[in-house]
Amino acid sequence: MSILPFAGRASAPQTATRTAGTRAMSDDKYISIEGIARRYPAPGGKTSTVFEDMWLPMRRGEFVCMIGHSGCGKTTVLNILAGLEAPTEGVVIAAGEAIEGTSLDRAVIFQGHALLPWRTVLGNVAYAVSSRWRKASKAEVEDRARKAIRTVGLSGSEHKRPSELSGGMKQRVGIARALSIEPKILLMDEPFSALDALTRGTLQDEVRRICVETGQTVFMITHDVDEAIYLADRIVLMTNGPMAKVAEIVENPLPKDRDRTQLHHAPGYYALRNHLIDFLVTRSKTLRDAMPVGYDQRNPPVVRPTLSEADAAAIASTDPVGKRA
Amino acid sequence: MARNLSARAALLSLALLVGVLLVWQVAVGGVAKTQVMDPEYAALMGQTATTGKSAMPGPMDVGATIWQHLKDPFYDRGPNDKGLGIQLAYSIGRVALGYLLAVIVAIPVGFLIGMSPLMGRALDPFIQLLKPVSPLAWMPLALYTIKDSGLSAIFVIFICSLWPMLINTAFGVSGTRKEWLNVARTLEVGPIRRAFTVILPAAAPTILTGMRISIGIAWLVIVAAEMLVGGTGIGYFVWNEWNNLSINNVIVSILVIGLVGMILDQLLARAQRLVTFPE
Repeated sequence: MSILPFAGRASAPQTATRTAGTRAMSDDKYISIEGIARRYPAPGGKTSTVFEDMWLPMRRGEFVCMIGHSGCGKTTVLNILAGLEAPTEGVVIAAGEAIEGTSLDRAVIFQGHALLPWRTVLGNVAYAVSSRWRKASKAEVEDRARKAIRTVGLSGSEHKRPSELSGGMKQRVGIARALSIEPKILLMDEPFSALDALTRGTLQDEVRRICVETGQTVFMITHDVDEAIYLADRIVLMTNGPMAKVAEIVENPLPKDRDRTQLHHAPGYYALRNHLIDFLVTRSKTLRDAMPVGYDQRNPPVVRPTLSEADAAAIASTDPVGKRA
Repeated sequence: MARNLSARAALLSLALLVGVLLVWQVAVGGVAKTQVMDPEYAALMGQTATTGKSAMPGPMDVGATIWQHLKDPFYDRGPNDKGLGIQLAYSIGRVALGYLLAVIVAIPVGFLIGMSPLMGRALDPFIQLLKPVSPLAWMPLALYTIKDSGLSAIFVIFICSLWPMLINTAFGVSGTRKEWLNVARTLEVGPIRRAFTVILPAAAPTILTGMRISIGIAWLVIVAAEMLVGGTGIGYFVWNEWNNLSINNVIVSILVIGLVGMILDQLLARAQRLVTFPE
């Protein structure tokens, strides 16, 4: 079995980073979605429910991708995490505090980059920096902004306006703006869906590099199965809406130090990919209508599709995270 | 190619100008003797009677009058004899004052309407009702309440400049993209800072469009308003010269009014370009 050493190596650094120092229990529930519902008034005095009683924990330093068909409420979940929308019921705890409105601790990378077109690249990033550090001097603000621009590889374009940039460069500025405020949590709403395949690939590489380097906690929505496999530590699968549910949380068995070009040779890649695609094609529909016996909305099942039960047990013995699951 | 085009356009404009001036000159020039009459009587009757020359001045006469005005634009020889420059300065001053007052009122109120759907709906019937009223219809009411003809003219300018700016500001503000507002929200930007750093720049091109429409209307209305209130200003000057039967000066005034209106429009067009952002 070639899977075993690979998977073992994969979980080892994760374990090392996650258990470094004295970690409180809350690190496993760094973000905790607790029983949220979102309902909209529908014609005829009725209400339509996008989802209800949703529970989802996310760990600190973890990259979580959420996958599901349109209308399953992915964006609503992200907006609730961002504080742009309030849940009709339930509460979300992020970094130990209930979310009430937006916060500089949670940065959002928008689907349509949402740059202010009348500001330069530097101006856009500096706007975020000066919002974060209101009393910072002009030089300090510019310094931080330039640093964030350098991180996304846009040095030299500081004084360009968004209209002079390509789609990929615009989204880089969006990423720089989000990173510049040093958020505790990074939220991304299909950030690369408007880009061409080549640009998308390079940006995924960048985002992965930055997030691994800084141990950033990330929640990302995507339609793209391959994007989720490449970026995510765990992938949350949503059934179709309305009344969408978290069907399961898939642990990504691929090693933390992934190489895009070698990804499809990694053991477990196809099993994972097939699992995700099967879900999107059939199970997202069937599961909405009938959840399996024993399904508990409060504890969505965690699965690791690549491994046989024996392998899972072997990894669970070295991985406290796996044990919990 | 574009340079070539503008050069050709300039050439054509010049040709048209020369053509119009020529036709004008020929049309008003004397044709022939119409009557044989006593020379002294002929001198009294003037060229209109003796040579059939039109009372309409020719381009050369108008040119000479313009030169006269240019030589001494700011003379002041009593209430009915002031230089063209002084008259223009009065008109521009009134427009500037009324327009400025309208800016001060229209932009904040437009912001309010644009940001609050409640205020928008509540104020909408008033705006819809008052907007189509000719600004001159306000004149009697203004004269009665303000009791000062100069201030009444300024009030009329204020009223006519108000609506386009108000409506455009409200439209621009309410049209601020949600994603930009969301950026401000996620950055915890306060309402005042958000108004100045997101909504104002986003709405600025639309607001400037309204301001440009307003200045055009204000300049149109000031001539009529000054004809009514009298005393000073380019509108009064036109009417006064009509009463003097000085068609020369009336034509000069028309040219000057057009020129100033064009300059005002160009100034705001330039300001508009400054705040427009490409996307």
